[in-house]
Amino acid sequence: MRLHEYQSKEIFTEHNIPIPQGRLAATPEEAKLIAEELHGAVVLKAQVLVGGRGKAGGIRLVRSPDEAEEEAAKILGTRIKGIPVRRLLVEEAINIQQEIYFGMTVDRERAETLVIASGEGGVNIEEVAQASPERIARLGVNPLLGLCDFQARNLAAEIEIPRQLWRAFNVLALSLYRAYQNLDATLAEINPLVITAEGRLVALDGKIILDDNALFRHPAFYDKRDISAEAPEETEARKFGLAYIKMDGDIGCLVNGAGLAMATMDIIQHKGGQPANFLDIGGGASAEKVTAALRILLADPQVKSVLINIFGGITRCDQVAHGIRAALAEVETQVPFVIRLAGTNEAEGRRILADASLETAATLTEAAQIAIARAQAVMV
Amino acid sequence: MSILVNGGTRLVVQGITGHEGAFHAQAMLDYGTNVAAGVTPGKGGEWVLNGKVPVFDSVHAAVEMTGADASIIFVPARFAGDAILEAADAGVRLIVCITEGIPVKEMLVVRDVLARRNVCLLGPNTPGIISPPHTKVGIIPGEITFAGNVGVVSRSGTLTYEVVHALKLAGIGTSTCVGIGGDPIIGTHFVEILSHFEGDSQTDTVVLIGEIGGRDEERAAEFIAGGMTKPVVAFIAGQAAPQNTRMGHAGAIIEGGVGTAAEKVAALRAAGVRVAHTPEEIPGLVRGR
Repeated sequence: MRLHEYQSKEIFTEHNIPIPQGRLAATPEEAKLIAEELHGAVVLKAQVLVGGRGKAGGIRLVRSPDEAEEEAAKILGTRIKGIPVRRLLVEEAINIQQEIYFGMTVDRERAETLVIASGEGGVNIEEVAQASPERIARLGVNPLLGLCDFQARNLAAEIEIPRQLWRAFNVLALSLYRAYQNLDATLAEINPLVITAEGRLVALDGKIILDDNALFRHPAFYDKRDISAEAPEETEARKFGLAYIKMDGDIGCLVNGAGLAMATMDIIQHKGGQPANFLDIGGGASAEKVTAALRILLADPQVKSVLINIFGGITRCDQVAHGIRAALAEVETQVPFVIRLAGTNEAEGRRILADASLETAATLTEAAQIAIARAQAVMV
Repeated sequence: MSILVNGGTRLVVQGITGHEGAFHAQAMLDYGTNVAAGVTPGKGGEWVLNGKVPVFDSVHAAVEMTGADASIIFVPARFAGDAILEAADAGVRLIVCITEGIPVKEMLVVRDVLARRNVCLLGPNTPGIISPPHTKVGIIPGEITFAGNVGVVSRSGTLTYEVVHALKLAGIGTSTCVGIGGDPIIGTHFVEILSHFEGDSQTDTVVLIGEIGGRDEERAAEFIAGGMTKPVVAFIAGQAAPQNTRMGHAGAIIEGGVGTAAEKVAALRAAGVRVAHTPEEIPGLVRGR
């Protein structure tokens, strides 16, 4: 679960990581009020969960409360990369002397937390990592020891933070690691962490991603998920324990298992079709899940045909077939279906579908070819 | 021979009195696996599966009383990390964790602890391991494969079933089929399993089923290029899938330019691996056609 910048900064404050003064505004008037409180220049920052927000015009520096109101009116309600801007973070402008990158995430391969820092932070950090990897310091953290003092010190030296700030950097680094651990985060990032003209360290931006599998330990965040950046069908799918991602094609896919779902999409593409979605209904394939899945699929007007691919392992194909029939009885549609069942009790499953005059296929390739043909027939 | 499990494997089932645990313990017993014990804290002393299998309160007790040397875990995700640590502490040499979605923070600790012990962890989020005709530690349906000479290693569940089933229809059996698991942090990677297959006299060809994300397939390609003698056939799922949601800049910095299906396919091909376009092409490639 991705947190907004303002949520990440609330967490920074709880962990004594310095951030600029400021507050959230939902209207231009509020933005003006906050700018008045802060005196002087302020920065308006759109709170949307998309990358490259600044480059897309979501961050503005303004000189006065009136200008803050004017600019806030221009940003609020617009869309950045398709996502509506509902709130702005209004913050004091900071005199930046240097931008540092400081972040931590999970290194899957090494099975440890990797702390990353660079003296060349800011929006181009990924280009720096590509062009001059020696400018990026990396450090593995033992999960039982946590980030050690000496490690933070060595990082500060390696990225050439001025000596008088080493102590402040140490405190900040250990605090961010503590926040990362306390919240079961899989990413905590400060970019940029700035050295101000006055010689202080301030977290100018923040990004935190929480581990969805650990959210049960953090009930406070449970209802705070911002779903404005995802398609409504994806939100709906999550409610039923389905994994759904919308794509641009016209062949709807309903599959059990993520790997098999991807392989099914691959075959459709390999045979010249375009999948309309990724949809993994997981284990079980109960009538209830299949019904919810079909409803989500058929709500997509681009879908011209549907391929259902179920490999019965412990799940029995005859049960799945009953589930599909029950679902189709409930969800009315003219869209043609092709169903491929394999594995446990597949013959029985196919008979049940044949009784309902549903088209079945013996192999995955055959199913893909039929689904593509049906989709093309709809088009002409 | 097979890898990791064989007819002598003595299995303890953690979570044997739960719905999933009971169902699959019975299925494993029916297949021929020596299900020696079950563990459910608070239910020690009971007998389950028609009185055939004793239940203990701890893995330690189960190991001590039955000589169990492998464990399979069916407990819910929030308790599964602890269950892995308990099994390792009790001294089993193989742990198969079926449960998916253990918090990453716990898995990092688990991996750190396991690194100092002589134990192999498959999973989390694995369908387990099967070595036909009589040994399975997991949930792979027994009837979709039979004993043969192809070793299969995969990150997926049902896609693995699809592949071994396609092999069966083509008359090709498996020596051992291993699921390494689909969670972000897993205990065993492709390279370790490839190395086992390389040394296994029953295996003469290996099928590797990968998917997008991570760098495991690239590491496998390096291993294969570095001196694996047995032929490898591969399929990588996710060529048509949406791009992975990236994990901030840090994720991009770590993963660099790797992780897409095209890059994995290229790395494997460069290592001499025959890569199938669809799972149904795999049997033909195994036969060398």
